[in-house]
Amino acid sequence: MSWAKWTGSGGNSKPDMDTVIELLSTPIVQSVLLGILPLVFILVYALVVLYMEMKIAAHIQDRLAYMRTGWHGVLQPFADMIKLLQKEDVVPVQADQLLFRVAPYVVFGGTYAAYAVLPFSSMYIGANIHLGVFFLVAVSSLVVVGILMAGWASNNKWAIFGGIRSAAQMISYEIPTALAIVVAAMITGTLNLQEVTRFQDGGIQNWVVFGGALPLGKKLLILPFTLITFLIMFVASIAEVNRTPFDLPEAESELVQGFNTEYSGMRFAMFYLAEYANLFLVSAVAVSLFLGGWSSPFGSFMSGPVWGIFWFVLKAMFFVFMQIWIRWTLPRLRVDQLMYTSWKVLTPWLFACIFAVGFVLVA
Amino acid sequence: MTAVLHYFYDIFYALYTVLVGMRITVKHLFTRSATVQYPTVKMKIPERARNRLYVNIDDCIGCDQCAMACPVDCITIETIKSTPDVDLGLTSKNTKKRLYVNRFDIDIAKCCYCGLCVYPCPTDCIVMTDVYEFSEFDRHNLVYSFSNMTAEDVVLARERLKKYDQEQAAKKAAAAPGPAKPNTTTPTA
Repeated sequence: MSWAKWTGSGGNSKPDMDTVIELLSTPIVQSVLLGILPLVFILVYALVVLYMEMKIAAHIQDRLAYMRTGWHGVLQPFADMIKLLQKEDVVPVQADQLLFRVAPYVVFGGTYAAYAVLPFSSMYIGANIHLGVFFLVAVSSLVVVGILMAGWASNNKWAIFGGIRSAAQMISYEIPTALAIVVAAMITGTLNLQEVTRFQDGGIQNWVVFGGALPLGKKLLILPFTLITFLIMFVASIAEVNRTPFDLPEAESELVQGFNTEYSGMRFAMFYLAEYANLFLVSAVAVSLFLGGWSSPFGSFMSGPVWGIFWFVLKAMFFVFMQIWIRWTLPRLRVDQLMYTSWKVLTPWLFACIFAVGFVLVA
Repeated sequence: MTAVLHYFYDIFYALYTVLVGMRITVKHLFTRSATVQYPTVKMKIPERARNRLYVNIDDCIGCDQCAMACPVDCITIETIKSTPDVDLGLTSKNTKKRLYVNRFDIDIAKCCYCGLCVYPCPTDCIVMTDVYEFSEFDRHNLVYSFSNMTAEDVVLARERLKKYDQEQAAKKAAAAPGPAKPNTTTPTA
């Protein structure tokens, strides 16, 4: 490849079309471009969900939210973004400089890495690996590390409280999430999210939440258990993204802002971006595992690679909406109630579901 | 209830209450919002609401009753007596105006909007209006002057009054039968 030509260092020659095509056919450039697609999606989605959340919150409280910036305030997320870009990046003197600076990127990195295994459509998945869900659970634990890092590095009592609470909470709730994934994996027989989705293709009756594409007798027997599993997965996923009623790590009324108390400007924005990206991620995982991912609910009607993206995003956004709705409905749980919910309710019920589903599948 | 039953009851009760809460919030999501888009849309204020004061200076007779009623002393009135040769006109209640009102200042920053100045006014010239947006960058701009007399008018009125007073004094001196003599006869003891 003529790099001299491409970089323009070889005299006055300009990069022509052939060079561009040659460059685009390089595997590494292709994978980088494909890998950037979810990031583009996250950035656009973050603006949409910011607007959505504020509007839903306001209307639930019989308010209007922003109405000035553009039609019904649609430009407000852009204004917020510009504001955050302009803000001073304050790092406390007593903070652990390196960890403080790195933490937001670790949090976002952990979330973004998990997007690699999300099947947006039958034609698009970042990395089609066999241990997709396993990778997802493993890599999204990096978020805990980042949050704990932020809490510790801030050298602030509220922040460290938030960080420790977050660690305790996310580790507790990763277990119900993982167990719920086990149920889905048992039914579909794979951990590859693309394969899991393909298993459920062909209409609403094949979705794992309704028993999956199994013979009718087995389906009816495991139907109640898959429904319970999905419900538990949904509850656990809310806890995993640290949102009300499980927002103990942030807990404005008791911990100021929790782990991101000391953050400002773009680093603060990074935490927010990660939170919203995580919101979509958990919804998307629940949708892929239980609600047919990109497959159309009407069988072959409106199905295809492009419709796939539409269905996938639509289903995930519905659960994002559900999480926002729940956030503005329920008050925060106490710490002991949070642990009770995870260890004494969700986990035992999931074990019961795993045994029941396993029994039906083997019998 | 046994502990086991209690456990199950708690779970279903929690689920049920969550659903009740979500039903309430979704109902509010689709009801009309209570927000009034203030600067563009304004709420109708009550008929007898007390807001900014207004003085119809043409009706004012300078009686100072409003200033005396004011609990925070935000009204300052200065008057000049008029002479019989000038006609200051009538008020809306057909009473003759006898005083020039050369100063009628209301420091609206001090005003407590009690409305006590409105009731004693014999000509109903000081009233509460429905204007409530009158913020200023400078505090001194909140002192409203209602008098419509110019500085020259004031000087003129003062001079005329002085002249009139002197004339009157002279007239009085001429009419009086000399200075009163002291009584020389002392009562005998």
